[in-house]
Amino acid sequence: MSLRTFRARRTRLGLFTAGAASMALLATACGGSGSGTAAAPKNFSYLSVTENTTVKTALTSLSEGSCKSANDALPLKVETVPQASLDQKLQLLAGQGALPVQFAAGNAPALTQKLAKSGKIADLEAKLKELGVDDQLEPAAVSTIKALYGGKLEVLPYEYNIEGVFYNKKIFEANGLKVPGTWDELVASAAKLQAKGIQPFSASGQQGWPLTRLLSGYLYRSLGPDALKDVADGKAKLTDPQYVKAATEIAALGKKGYFGKGVGSIDYDTAMNQFLTGKAAMLYMGSWALANISDAKQDKIGADNVGFMPFPAVSGGKGSIDQYPSNVGLGITLSAKSFDKNTGAWVSCIAKNYGSKALKDHGSISGFKVNTPVSDANEVTTQVRDTISASKQNVLWFEALFGTKATTISQTNAAGLVSGSVSPEQFMQTVQDALSAQ
Amino acid sequence: MHRVLGDRRAIAILLGPALVVYSLIMLVPMVWSLGYSFTKGNSIDGFTGNGVADFSRLLDDPAVRHALWFTLKYAVVVTAGQVVAGYLLALLYVFFLKRASALVRTLVFFPVVLPTVAVGLLFQKFFQVAPQTGPVNSLLNAVGIDSIDFFGSSSSAFWVLVVMDIWRSMGFYAVLLFAGLVDIPEEVLESARLDGATGLRLVRHIVLPLSLPVLMSSLIFSINGTLKAFDSIVALTNGGPGNDTTPLTLYMFQTSFTYGDYGYGSTIAVLLTVVCLLVSLVVFRVSRRDLTEG
Repeated sequence: MSLRTFRARRTRLGLFTAGAASMALLATACGGSGSGTAAAPKNFSYLSVTENTTVKTALTSLSEGSCKSANDALPLKVETVPQASLDQKLQLLAGQGALPVQFAAGNAPALTQKLAKSGKIADLEAKLKELGVDDQLEPAAVSTIKALYGGKLEVLPYEYNIEGVFYNKKIFEANGLKVPGTWDELVASAAKLQAKGIQPFSASGQQGWPLTRLLSGYLYRSLGPDALKDVADGKAKLTDPQYVKAATEIAALGKKGYFGKGVGSIDYDTAMNQFLTGKAAMLYMGSWALANISDAKQDKIGADNVGFMPFPAVSGGKGSIDQYPSNVGLGITLSAKSFDKNTGAWVSCIAKNYGSKALKDHGSISGFKVNTPVSDANEVTTQVRDTISASKQNVLWFEALFGTKATTISQTNAAGLVSGSVSPEQFMQTVQDALSAQ
Repeated sequence: MHRVLGDRRAIAILLGPALVVYSLIMLVPMVWSLGYSFTKGNSIDGFTGNGVADFSRLLDDPAVRHALWFTLKYAVVVTAGQVVAGYLLALLYVFFLKRASALVRTLVFFPVVLPTVAVGLLFQKFFQVAPQTGPVNSLLNAVGIDSIDFFGSSSSAFWVLVVMDIWRSMGFYAVLLFAGLVDIPEEVLESARLDGATGLRLVRHIVLPLSLPVLMSSLIFSINGTLKAFDSIVALTNGGPGNDTTPLTLYMFQTSFTYGDYGYGSTIAVLLTVVCLLVSLVVFRVSRRDLTEG
């Protein structure tokens, strides 16, 4: 091919490409408004995550018991995806107008709000009132949901968790340690344990959030309950010195080796297992861990040997230790399109029965009222339930008010923060950049 | 025959169907994706025109620069490793093992047929430090070196990735290059030997030039494959620690599907296409010149 014909062909190819590109542009401009029409669902499809087994097991047993009539009209059908790919799956399904009847609504509240804004999610507050079951939700759970989802009830409280530090009473006693009340005491206790060859904390760096929760815990204690709302509102930046201080404190724990080796490759189950087999003395976790603690097969140290303490106070800080980080687990919501009479029957049955069922079968605390009295499986469950009912003010977690990108970035970089490959300043800068880019 | 092939209608009938299929499944999606790169939004909110804002963002984005640098570094190192290891293996098959090479070929080829994710998990276990000490760290401990957290720092994670990908695919390149070496006529080699060329000199002056065409195609194969590497990286490090081992492909995937920013994701995809095109052109040019002169 001579140079000239090659050029001519290239020009022609260029023209063709440009033409086709503009056509594609037109096509995309026309598309994207995929709003489907309402169609009666054939079953009560529920998209959940593989990691959470409590909700789907409890719903399945409800479908065979108290909710049998609802299930006969609209059979329950459970599907699961790994939590890490939930957000992708939801965005694709939402784009196709193919959201299931009930589904876990994304890892960050931001995604749920986006879905709600585009009208894909049922207005649960109105629906529950219509069904006459709005009094079946615990007020504390409702206020937590509203704090997370911009003042709206966008998800159902299948879980209601507070967070704090679970500790191994036996290890604490054997080493003459008291329950630490302040951050300095916590660090001193950790040092003492480390010196005796006991790993002070177990945490999953692969998931990242168990580490960033420590960061937000410190921030709430030192700067008060509005610490992260100020960041979301633009009144403060994560790169401000008092915020970086929190990252420095957490990084210092990692530097001293308090999380053990290779924290980046520890996944959630391994971290849980390390604590429940007595290899680590403390575990920062939510009250959902009670399900694992009550399970004698997993819990080798025995539920009686597990204690629960709030995140300790920071000396001179504005926060108080009775402000518990609380959440409603992975938000579960209902599609607006498929919410009809049969779906309503399911929802009101769940509202009336889920609370006692989950507590009785799984030792798991939900935000639904417990209508049939259930006796607690162990002391630590009672302790947590008492704490929940006594708790006056709730705070959120580190990424609660972040978008999807900042959440992912914060959680994937957390392991680096404690292993020392990312400095506290760098970490806060990276997350702040992702926040600002939203 | 000449009359048939000279007829425009005949050409249209013979080429038409293939061209239509090719356009539908290759060109249209590519152009479609290019269209998305001028928009902002995702499938939930809908798309709105965004002009060239995504392209200027591409130029300013440090994450893109990092991912591009990682992609190129990874492509160069892994391609070099794959082709060199494959070539050495092929030479081993042809000149040392001769006809007895079937068993070794099969063994070396075996990782190629394993699913990438399985290989990723295998290497994760192999190099892990916690909760159990992996074989590599056990070995280090045995000779008195402390365990290394291979996936905790970007440089060690990179090298584990390189080792894994070379191990996984060198069997394929070995077989490909083996086919090229077998093609070299025995008489040529024999006469070269009679002239006194043995060992390295034989390889340098006779074997290498004669196997150059197949070597070049391996190179193009390998460089294009490694520029688009995705599954092995996701399986082994998932882009971590932080985003230190995130190539353009993974960054594009995260941007579009995790962060819900389809427009910018498409722009990154366009960048990747351009990079692949440029690299292929360069390799092609170089190989053509070498063939006519060599």
